[in-house]
Formats: sequence, structure tokens, C-alpha cells
Amino acid sequence: MLPILHAVQAEYGHVPAEALPQIAEALNISRAEAQGVMSFYHDFRDHPAGRHVLKICRAEACQAMGSEALAAAAKARLGVDWHGTTPNGALTLEPVFCLGLCACAPAAMLDGQVIGRVDAARLDEIATEAGA
Amino acid sequence: MRIYVPRDAAAKAVGAEAVAAAVSAEAATRGLPVELVRNGSRGMVWLEPLLEVETPEGRIAFGPVTPADVPALFDAGFGAHPKALGLTAEIPFLKKQTRLTFARVGVIDPLSLPEYEAHGGLAGLRKALTLSPEAIVEEVTASGLRGRGGAGFPTGIKWKTVLGAEAAQKYVVCNADEGDSGTFADRMLMEGDPFTLIEGMAIAALAVGATRGFIYSRSEYPDANAVMGQAITIARAAGMLGPDVLGSGRAFELELRIGAGAYVCGEETALLNSLEGKRGVVRAKPPIPALQGLFGQPTVVNNVLSLAAVPAILAEGGAAYAAHGIGRSRGTIPLQIAGNVRFGGLFETGFGITLGEIVNDIAGGTASGRPVKAVQVGGPLGAYHPQADFALPFSYEDFAGSGGLVGHAGLVVHDDSVDMLRMARFALEFCAIESCGKCTPCRIGAVRGVEVVDRIAAGDAAAIPLLTDLCQTMKLGSLCALGGFTPYPVLSALTHFPDDFATLKEAAE
Repeated sequence: MLPILHAVQAEYGHVPAEALPQIAEALNISRAEAQGVMSFYHDFRDHPAGRHVLKICRAEACQAMGSEALAAAAKARLGVDWHGTTPNGALTLEPVFCLGLCACAPAAMLDGQVIGRVDAARLDEIATEAGA
Repeated sequence: MRIYVPRDAAAKAVGAEAVAAAVSAEAATRGLPVELVRNGSRGMVWLEPLLEVETPEGRIAFGPVTPADVPALFDAGFGAHPKALGLTAEIPFLKKQTRLTFARVGVIDPLSLPEYEAHGGLAGLRKALTLSPEAIVEEVTASGLRGRGGAGFPTGIKWKTVLGAEAAQKYVVCNADEGDSGTFADRMLMEGDPFTLIEGMAIAALAVGATRGFIYSRSEYPDANAVMGQAITIARAAGMLGPDVLGSGRAFELELRIGAGAYVCGEETALLNSLEGKRGVVRAKPPIPALQGLFGQPTVVNNVLSLAAVPAILAEGGAAYAAHGIGRSRGTIPLQIAGNVRFGGLFETGFGITLGEIVNDIAGGTASGRPVKAVQVGGPLGAYHPQADFALPFSYEDFAGSGGLVGHAGLVVHDDSVDMLRMARFALEFCAIESCGKCTPCRIGAVRGVEVVDRIAAGDAAAIPLLTDLCQTMKLGSLCALGGFTPYPVLSALTHFPDDFATLKEAAE
């Protein structure tokens, strides 16, 4: 089921509501079960994200290097809270719990590209490049 | 000329791709024949991107290198340069280590099977193919290897249980869902030496009579997943995997599966449910996975580091591995030093090094230069240790005895600016976000815990006994380590740093 959901999301950017009944039928499970699986995992979205997704790590190692302040700066710069998308649809901001970059914290990931030792200036660069 | 620039995610995160591109471009401009190898990381993250050049004397290192440094490095013939670090092997951080599991990480091209073999790879699997399943299990038991994911259960005993179980189909599952903050050894191994993990899993399969295996990795690790996926393809093409492992007539098929951002799937039974395509909800034990695991069949579930330790154990013998370590904590442990430290990275050493040695001598204290206040050992479910604990030897027993745990051996250092009440609150908030919802102490307890900490923060000292009582309930009543161990960071913060829980009240008075 997870490989299917990942593939659908990779194709459409989210898991469209109309996909679940088809997945359920193919796997011979109920729609409720399919919905239950999808909604359990943080990665799967039921609506499209912005053109870019910026994930900022909230876990302890990054906190020890100032990620809380960084997250606050990101929210202020983009004018959104966690899971929010900028009004122009350029960038979605998401929390993530550990990217395994704990020795070059604070860490972030833009569309699958890892970024270490992020500071406010780098954040502004990322946001500008993403068009936000 | 052979030049190494790591492809490890931590190196990429601080600019290794641009350095690699600069090296290629500069070599092309100068018409120099340069072979650029994208190795794993040596684990000295403060020196990344760490560029290495092969010389007759050995590999010499430069770091941290920026693309702007590259022309000057070529001009200097990779000799004298402000970023020169001398022979890589002589850098004290590396020289002080005992690298068994990570022997090849950062050294070889992770996707070159010939290099893997030239550096001792496949020796363990070849040895295992000459042994009976019982003899393989015996060797692993003799090594004293215990579950490196955190639980510390003896690997040999787990394998023996699966070997003894009767079933038409058995499985080997690698838990690569490394969600703990401050840990990155699984990621580094998968990116830097993926064949070691494949070899370890193949040996496990031979030992217990399994023919299928799964690696369950994380969606947060796109780089590791890419390398691991390629390594499996290469291993299959070379006959290291498939219907006829190294021509032995024994079959072992391996698949990489990717999670979807649920921390609790690092718990073995939730992981199995997730592999089966279900919600990642924890199962009650018994039955244990060794008897009824994946699809109800006998299953070895081991952490990346446990399985990656196995090839060396088979190649060199269990006794050689057990010669390292102290007490019942045998062998080496890949420590992951992170957070607010000067020298962060991976440090593999025998058990027994003290917490103070790790933090002060190896990590060089804090990056901020301020005093260390607390060190969280073992991930988000590990205890916060004050400096008073610095004499603790790193071992399963010593940490358990001090109200903490070794976990996946990640250490996160915080300086004196940290507010421990906030960290306690965060531990509970994290538990509330990540709880699978199966058991009440975890699902409800974490939410109530956040509320109680907020009451304490607002000056309600009467809420402190309530918090300890709630933690006791979570500890005793939860089904798995998420709810059961969240009290460790909370109670250790409260016990060792009571001032942080009293400030507002005192200020109000």
C-alpha cells in the first residue's frame, strides 16, 4: 500500500480523493481502511502543496543549534504557519523530525535537497529562489 | 590523480555537490586526468566537505573545502594550503576510533563491489556459506552483539529463536527507520557502505533459513535510499543476492521499502504493520516477531547497525568482536555526536568510554563556547544527563542504571541557554504528534503531559507531582517504547534541572 501511495503522490503531488476507492478495490480492502492508512502517515497529502516544499527540522539536535528561532523566522518571512503555503503558491512550509543531519544543524530540506547549518540569511536566499 | 569528495547527505548539505562540480570543471580546464570518487563521509562533519587526494603515502585531506578553494588546491598541487589537514588516517578524531562496522565508510566508492571486496567485503558471507545455520548463530552469540537499535536484545538469541521456528517462509527485516534526533549512523552506513548491510542481511538469512528480506527506510533520507536502491540492483546483478547467493544454491531476495514520515514505525511491530501495507500501529507482544512477525511468519527484525556488524563478526570471529567493550556490552558502538558541539560526527569505539570523554575530549565541548548544560543520550526518548553524569561509562547497563538509555547511541549536546522545561514539554508534544494511538497511556498521556507542563510553567507547583505520576503511568502502561520511554527525557529534566521548573513561580513570589 505504501509504495502505491508514494507513486500516486509522486505523480500528482498529492493523493487525490478519487484515487483511494481505486486503490482499495485493487487491494481488496475497504475504502475506510485505505483512508485510514493514508491519513496515518504524515507524508501523504490530500491536497496539493506549493510548487516547492521546505521542511525545517524541529528535533532536539537542531533545537540545540537554534532551529526554534529559525522556524520562527521562516514563518515570519513567509507569512505562514506550519503546513501553510504562501499566497502565491510558491512554497509550503513543513516541520520534519530529523533529517539525520544532526552534526550540521540546524537542517532543512528543499524538495528533497538537504541543507545544513541554515541561518536566517540562507533561509531568505532559499525563499527568494523558490519565488516566495 | 584520484580525488575523493563525499556524496554523504551531511557533506551535500554543506556544499559537497558544488565542490565536486568545481573539481571536475577545474580538472577539465587544466586538461588533467582526474578520477573523482564520490565516497561516503569519514564522519568528521565539521570538516565537510572533506576533499581527499590519494598519494603514495596515503590519502591526504583538505577541509572544509569551498568551490572557491578548488583552483588554489590545484595550483598548490594539493600540497601546502590553509585547508590542508595532512594524512586523513592521522587526524586525531579518526585515529582514536576502532572502526569495525564503519571500516569502509568514507574509504571506498560505496557502489563499487570490486572495491568492497578489495577492502574485506564478502569475507563474512563466504565464511557463513561454509557453516551450518547453528554455527553462524553460535558465532554471533559468541560476539556478544546486542540490538543496536536501542533495545539491546542479544542478536544471537533472537536469531536462534527464528532458526528454531518451523515455517515455510521466514523473513529478515532491517529496521532502517532511523527517526531518533541526533542519530545518523544508519544513514551514513547506507550512503557510505551499503553492501555491508546487504551482506549482513544475507548472513542473517542463511542463519535462520529466510529467503526474503526487506529494508524499511525513511522518506526523510532520499540520498540514502538512492544509494541503497542502486546497491541492491548491483548486488543482484553480481549474484550476491537472488536465487543463487554467490553460487551457493541458496536464495535471498531483498527489497527496499520507504516509510512515510511516521516516527513510531521505528518500533518493530509498527514497522511490520507498515510493511504489510497497514497503519503503523504497534502490536501487543507476545507473540514476538521472531515467531510471528511479517505476515505472521517468523521474522528477524534487526537494526542497520546490528546487521552491519555481522559481516566483520563472521570474517574475524565472534571472539575478536567480543574483545572490545566492557561488561555485558561487547564490541564497538558507532557514537553519533550532535547538536551544540565543536566536533560533531560519527565516532566508533569500544563500549566503556565515559560520557565526559565523549563530550569534552572527542566533541571538544560546545560549538557556542558556552558551558554544557545537558546531554540527551539515545534520541528523543533518552534521558537528559547533567555534567554530574560525565563519569558514566558508555554501556547498556551503566546508562540503564542511571535512569537513562543508550538507545541508538546518539548524543545531543545542549549549552546553558537551554530551558529544560521547554525540552520536557517538547518530548511530550513529540509523543503526542507521533503516538500511533493504540494504547491509552501514550495517546492520552502525552496530550495531558503537555497541559501539565504548561501548568508548571505558569507557576502551578502542585502540578509537578501530577507530572511524575503521569510519567509513571506512561512508563508502566504503554505498549511500546514511544509512550514507555517519553518519561525519560521528561523526568530526567525535572530531576536534574529543577530550577527550570520553578523559575516562573519563584518570579511570581
